[in-house]
Amino acid sequence: MFKHFVNLQWKSFFRSSNFGKGLALKLLMGFFAIYMMVSFAGLGVALYFILKKAFPDTDPMLIVSGYMLYWVLIELFFRYFMQKLPVMDIKPLLLYPINKGKITHYILVKSGLSGYNFLSLFFAVPFSIVLMAQGYPILNVLGWLGAIIGMVLTINYTNFIINKSDKVLLIIGVVILVLYGLEYFKVFPVKDYVGQLFYSLFENPILVIIPLGLAVGTYFINYAFLRKRLYLDASIKKKTIEATTSELGWTKRFGDIAPFLQLDLKLIWRNKRTKMQVFISLAFILYGLIFYGMDPYGETSTIFLFVGIFMTGVFLSNFGQFIPAWDSEYYSMMMSQNIPLRKYLESKAGLISVSVVVMFLLSIPYVYFGWKILAINLGCALYNLGVNVPVILFFGSFNKKRIDLNKSAIGNMQGTSATQFLVLLPLMVVPSVIYFTLKTFVSFEAALITLSVMGIIGFALRKTLLDKVTEAYRKRKYKMIAGFREQNS
Amino acid sequence: MITTQHLTKRYGNQLVLNIEYLEIPKGQSFGLVGNNGAGKTTYFSLLLDLIQPTTGHIVNNDIQVNTSEEWKPFTSSFIDESFLIGYLTPEEYFHFIGELRGQNKADVNALLSNFEDFFHGEILGQRKYLRDLSKGNQKKAGIVASFIGNPEVIILDEPFANLDPTTQIRLKAIIRDLAAKQGITVLVSSHDLMHITEVCERIVVLNKGEIVKDIQTSTETLRELESFFAG
Repeated sequence: MFKHFVNLQWKSFFRSSNFGKGLALKLLMGFFAIYMMVSFAGLGVALYFILKKAFPDTDPMLIVSGYMLYWVLIELFFRYFMQKLPVMDIKPLLLYPINKGKITHYILVKSGLSGYNFLSLFFAVPFSIVLMAQGYPILNVLGWLGAIIGMVLTINYTNFIINKSDKVLLIIGVVILVLYGLEYFKVFPVKDYVGQLFYSLFENPILVIIPLGLAVGTYFINYAFLRKRLYLDASIKKKTIEATTSELGWTKRFGDIAPFLQLDLKLIWRNKRTKMQVFISLAFILYGLIFYGMDPYGETSTIFLFVGIFMTGVFLSNFGQFIPAWDSEYYSMMMSQNIPLRKYLESKAGLISVSVVVMFLLSIPYVYFGWKILAINLGCALYNLGVNVPVILFFGSFNKKRIDLNKSAIGNMQGTSATQFLVLLPLMVVPSVIYFTLKTFVSFEAALITLSVMGIIGFALRKTLLDKVTEAYRKRKYKMIAGFREQNS
Repeated sequence: MITTQHLTKRYGNQLVLNIEYLEIPKGQSFGLVGNNGAGKTTYFSLLLDLIQPTTGHIVNNDIQVNTSEEWKPFTSSFIDESFLIGYLTPEEYFHFIGELRGQNKADVNALLSNFEDFFHGEILGQRKYLRDLSKGNQKKAGIVASFIGNPEVIILDEPFANLDPTTQIRLKAIIRDLAAKQGITVLVSSHDLMHITEVCERIVVLNKGEIVKDIQTSTETLRELESFFAG
């Protein structure tokens, strides 16, 4: 029986629509996955030597043990967002003569083999090998590795138990902060005590039975819980959120585009993926911190211009690149309605422009790193407003891949095609090249003024530019409708 | 009202629709029947300019649909769930469509109050988004949305499918009323021969993209259609 389940899993992977994606995208994703694996493995190999060098008197194993509690808590915290038990997958199995116990085992075992669990092992296995090479007793290291596996699985299954309530997430978050606070303000040396505890796992390999036992225990708690609830109105139920009607009356101020603006705001706020884009964009305001204040760049480096374009335009590129695919689910309705395409696009342009202004305002504190940073960001914001807004809308007319708004937000590449990569070229590279050239051959001021003036001209001509964009949308209407209709594209 | 001439639609080598001439007068309730793949939805999509004809054209109230968009203000339609916006509540959706068709909220609410029976208390004030409604209720919302804004032409693809019996009966009354009393041209497609003979004054049978029958509905029509489809 299990063979059949594995077979199903195999097919669902290779026959999934994602698998047929463009080669470039697959390479990129593959590259990213390999990068993560190599980073973790690299860390696993190097960590021993790094710690040995930094703290020559302490056993690296003891230091690692000290941080293990944090690892467990932080992993729990992140998994809460990333990993859900895929109960919907088993809906079709319920009708067949397979007993429910087996179905429950299938889904639980399957989750034990999920990629999240292997990520930690990519670190733990090389680290263990290094330990053995360094002459640590093999039995102890193997015991420790077994304990890690046990803990990973315990985290995996605990996550499904706590996933049912938001309160637990909050508690975990608070616990992490409190422990770190106690440590930081030297109230209580959490690391030392808990570290001792985890270190004993290494000292007495026999203790490996504790984490393994926990893993088995949490597995069966899940089993007992799920087995009883394998019904369409219990576990295998789509969660529906109670709708809240909102008037958004203030949008009326914007006249003709008000209905579209309302629609766009609801689109962003009521769908996971779009909502995520907003949070990601806001978080990217911290992007500057990585670069500013780094000496090697100098005050006016082209890197800063790139950072500026990216920071003030993060929502522009993240949200804008999928216009009008966000509306793909009902695009044919839009096209058969009495819709002024122009107003539709104006609303999107308005929304993106507001985001650019907001991001610029948020970036003002970076003036701490010198007024030139502020000047660069202002120039970038102007350029984004005047040039990049029409550019990204124009490229939108080449979008013809459907986006299902209901799908989850994380790692969702739906709607991505070569267009999304091509558009980065004019969006980010062109202004960087202009800036670099002028700055090198004329001056910093000239470069910045040129970009700003380009932005202002673009802004002044926005009506004409939008007309052109509207024309492009009209021309490609049938291709878009046909493309957006294709499910699983 | 709606004149179709030399209309063909071809995908590769396959001719999916081929209508030499079809005239639908104003105020007619017009039914389109045919098996899967007969070309019903293709014809409606051409009528709404969602796909391009290979040859020929459709003229809707003196406006050629694939060259001008002026037909949109007086034409409304519900083809399938892709005409709904899933993340809106039904009320918000009706009001949005109302805005697009130049109706304010009060106009829309007045119209909706006529359909309280039809909604059967399952659409309005449910605190649910359209995406969370059942298929039948989604369909109800979509059909009623197509009545907003005083359209002169209403196009409904398979309106009876997924509806419960009570709603089917009510919908039949509504459609008959639209054509007879309000002079609206109603185009309906269906797989259900019984419903369509009850509702439509005229029935056209499509088979593999061609018109094979064009009947003014009478008491004999149902039997005629049944014997045709029985093969």
